[in-house]
Amino acid sequence: MKLSYFPGCTLKNHARNFEDSTLYAMDKLGVEAVELDRWNCCGTVYSLSTDDLMRQVAPIRNLLRTRERGDSQLMTGCSMCFNTLKRANNRARANEEDLASMNDFMYDEPVDYAGDVDVLHVLEVVRDQIGFDAIRERVVKPLEGLRVACYYGCMLVRPNEAAIDNAENPRVLEDLITVLGGEPVDFSHKTECCGAHQTVDKPEIIADKTYDILGAAKAQGADTVAVSCPLCAFNLDHRQEATLQKHSDFHTMPVVYFSQLMAIALGGSESVLRLDLHHTPPGPLLTGKGLL
Amino acid sequence: MTVFVSRDKINSGFTSKVQRLADQNLMACYQCGKCSAGCPMAAYMDIPPNQMIRLAQLGMEEELLDSEAIWLCVSCMTCNMRCPKGVRIAELIESMRQIKLRARQDHLQVETIPTADLRAIPPIALIGSMRKFTS
Ligand code: SF4
Ligand code: SF4
Ligand code: SF4
Ligand code: SF4
Repeated sequence: MKLSYFPGCTLKNHARNFEDSTLYAMDKLGVEAVELDRWNCCGTVYSLSTDDLMRQVAPIRNLLRTRERGDSQLMTGCSMCFNTLKRANNRARANEEDLASMNDFMYDEPVDYAGDVDVLHVLEVVRDQIGFDAIRERVVKPLEGLRVACYYGCMLVRPNEAAIDNAENPRVLEDLITVLGGEPVDFSHKTECCGAHQTVDKPEIIADKTYDILGAAKAQGADTVAVSCPLCAFNLDHRQEATLQKHSDFHTMPVVYFSQLMAIALGGSESVLRLDLHHTPPGPLLTGKGLL
Repeated sequence: MTVFVSRDKINSGFTSKVQRLADQNLMACYQCGKCSAGCPMAAYMDIPPNQMIRLAQLGMEEELLDSEAIWLCVSCMTCNMRCPKGVRIAELIESMRQIKLRARQDHLQVETIPTADLRAIPPIALIGSMRKFTS
């Protein structure tokens, strides 16, 4: 199966670990992710103002690029790209006038966007197109004894129109970890926001959030927290230093992308994991569990 | 906080501007407080979300636009999902930020971010904060 693929900016630099492991896992599962040969930043956050249509043009252009390839589905791994692309698409589809204005802004494009591309998150492809049974068959290194707290954050589950699962108690990541042979733990903070972009000028708030979120995971006996968003990853992993400074009883904990756990279970070597990009190293944990 | 309600403020046009930008009916809110109860940022805000909505109903432009609270909201959508009246609080707060930003009153001075931070912080965070905090 071939799918058009939108990486987003952060997967090309700070989150190479997310991209490399995702592409490895997809390949192992028979999905060829074909990166759009011309794509642009989606704008990160979906614009919430009614009259701000100009802000919707960036995400929509990527859907036009998909159409140009003759494809009607676009897959992305970054939760924030997914949410922004999906909501812009929903808006274009729901309102003909808005779509016409967006197309007017893009006068330099040879064809108009007609609302005919579906935006998919990697986890949706995993669950709905590949299927958990097919994944189970391909697991060569089960994540035995690895206790994982699955963290969805906001953008995978809110609002309903862009949610890949139930907003208050999503299960898709837990189901995936189970299929990979790991043990998902009950996790009270799985959809509790990490503080997002406040990390730029108010890292002290993120320190509190990370303290609460990782503390809740630890209390359930989790070894690690699995995420699907490079901003969640930055806040929960790289802000552990600030967290330790503010909360002296904080215990550091490795944070990984769900795709890295997939890559491990599907037989990937350490090179696709890019563990050098983590702040709190997952290496000792993974080695201890016999997974590296 | 003590505020003085006046007809002038209520009729100033602020309330309708916020509603228009957000495509929401502020008057639907019946002050149950559920938005504030689940808001991850409420503990840091000078005005919690339900009070922001109340003040907006009363046209309290200055109190809202000079607050820290409008900049602390991260559009996590928790409030929107839980409001029993279907009020989209996140959109209403975004429109208050927009009123400031469209007057070129930025909240973040990008040039003051240290170079080391610019390197360490991923684009997803930098672009997100620029989109929310600058015009
Ligand atoms: S959401 Fe972030 S990572 Fe994704 S394209 Fe936009 S800026 Fe880049
Ligand atoms: S948890 Fe944080 S970074 Fe993740 S989607 Fe929510 S706000 Fe964004
Ligand atoms: S949850 Fe809705 S009704 Fe309740 S206070 Fe907040 S905005 Fe008003
Ligand atoms: S969207 Fe804003 S106000 Fe609503 S819960 Fe999130 S941070 Fe609080």
